[in-house]
Amino acid sequence: MKGKIAIEHLTKAFYKKQGSVTALDDISMTINEGEFVCIVGPSGCGKTTLLRILAGLEQPSVGEFNIATDHEDRPLQSMVFQERGVIPWLTVEENVAFGLKMRRLPKKLIEERTKYYLEKTGLEKFSKLYPRELSGGMKQRVSIARAFANDPEILLMDEPFAALDEQNKFILQEELLSIWSETKKTVLFITHSIDEALLLSDRILLMSSQPGKIIKEIKVTTPRPRTIEDIRKDPDMAQQFIEVWKHLQREVQQSREQKA
Amino acid sequence: MDRRGTIEKHDPFEIEQQEWKRRQSKERYKQLLTIVSPIFLLLLWEVLSRTGMIDTRFFPPPSAIIGTLFDMVANGSLVKHVGVSLYRIFVGFLAGVIPGVIIGLLMGLYSPIRHLMQPIVMALMPIPTLALLPMIIILFGIGDLSKVVTIAGSVFFPVVINTAAGVMNIDQIYLDVANNYGAGKLQFFYKIALPGALPVMLEGIQMGQAIALLTIVAAEMMGATSGIGYLIWTSYKAFLLQEMYVGLILISFFGYLFSVLLRGFQKKLLPWR
Repeated sequence: MKGKIAIEHLTKAFYKKQGSVTALDDISMTINEGEFVCIVGPSGCGKTTLLRILAGLEQPSVGEFNIATDHEDRPLQSMVFQERGVIPWLTVEENVAFGLKMRRLPKKLIEERTKYYLEKTGLEKFSKLYPRELSGGMKQRVSIARAFANDPEILLMDEPFAALDEQNKFILQEELLSIWSETKKTVLFITHSIDEALLLSDRILLMSSQPGKIIKEIKVTTPRPRTIEDIRKDPDMAQQFIEVWKHLQREVQQSREQKA
Repeated sequence: MDRRGTIEKHDPFEIEQQEWKRRQSKERYKQLLTIVSPIFLLLLWEVLSRTGMIDTRFFPPPSAIIGTLFDMVANGSLVKHVGVSLYRIFVGFLAGVIPGVIIGLLMGLYSPIRHLMQPIVMALMPIPTLALLPMIIILFGIGDLSKVVTIAGSVFFPVVINTAAGVMNIDQIYLDVANNYGAGKLQFFYKIALPGALPVMLEGIQMGQAIALLTIVAAEMMGATSGIGYLIWTSYKAFLLQEMYVGLILISFFGYLFSVLLRGFQKKLLPWR
């Protein structure tokens, strides 16, 4: 099977006069249609770089990737950015419709889809407000609605919940799962939170830093729909948490020793 | 304040209400102060002038200046001067702002244009347009055109610099969003660059407005036959100080008026701030 996202020997180096950095080192992976994959790694391990390359915001130094297309008129990918990614001079509604408008879709279709995802994310009451008037959680709902409304082949998410408080984070994670379960989009999600990865993903890829490499793959088999309680109660999950943590701990310590 | 004794006797909302009222009256007091200070200054001036404590030849009482103002409005001389000056300010302002915005946007959006223009802008900016006035008069005559050019030249620089800075200071993440969601060149301009640059750009325009008023008066003092600046200068030379003060008051009035208008305009244009 070829997979929805196929990444082959992807390498990204950043050249600087004082010592270059290999952010991504020969990364190959395949992500299947409808799969929810989380990449977990310490900060600075290059996971954001990988996502930005897939998002078309940066070019790889070597290697290539392919996103399989089902529909000609769908965009390849849409990104859910971190909290600041909501455009402050557009209203909630305009933000959600942003991708659709950029693609110059028929007005009626834009209206319908925007309305649908505003409702889905509980934003319809706020549709005429500017982001300044929203809480952090609401802003992230806008960002999520914008990405889903765009109906892309795959979704890329760059630590979308990192800036939220814990309660809001849990709520938004479960909301994300519920929207995702309807559309069954292929999702590549970046996070540094092990809990978040265990709750959301079918598969977790652990990443090491400098050079950024995929060091381990973990399948999460807990049946869906999942809630945060399921994850916390399940002893297997606790075991998996510890496993992931041990790997990451080793990583963080190694990189510390290298720096020292 | 010690509130322990009040626990049983009072409703907490009542206490907070009193607190709120206290804050309100404090606010009113502050507002009063801002109104009182200019009135007080005028009154002081009036009294000192009327009682002869200051020389009335140099400092005629405000009431007399107001009287002169009405006389000048009645005989029509003022309307002519004000009209001419406002026309020059308006045209000169637009002639400075429009190219300022366009060149500023180009500089902000395209780095080759920025690198090309920046040294020129930086080198020309420190030269006061007023120092060029003799040259401007030689080139454009003593009519409206030379005044318009002078104002346009002074207004242009703050606008061009702020517009370019406004575009360049747009947060990278919005550029990423536009890119990721497939914004075309034109869409990028209208949805991201222009609205993103607008707040800083409008600050530049506000500055330009203030500079336009400063410039018009000076420009009309040299090689002009009408306008508020001309009125101030000729009144001074003829020692008609009441007329001169009328000119100064008008400048102050229009400066304030334009400021308020532009602020209102700014609020309209930036509902998201």
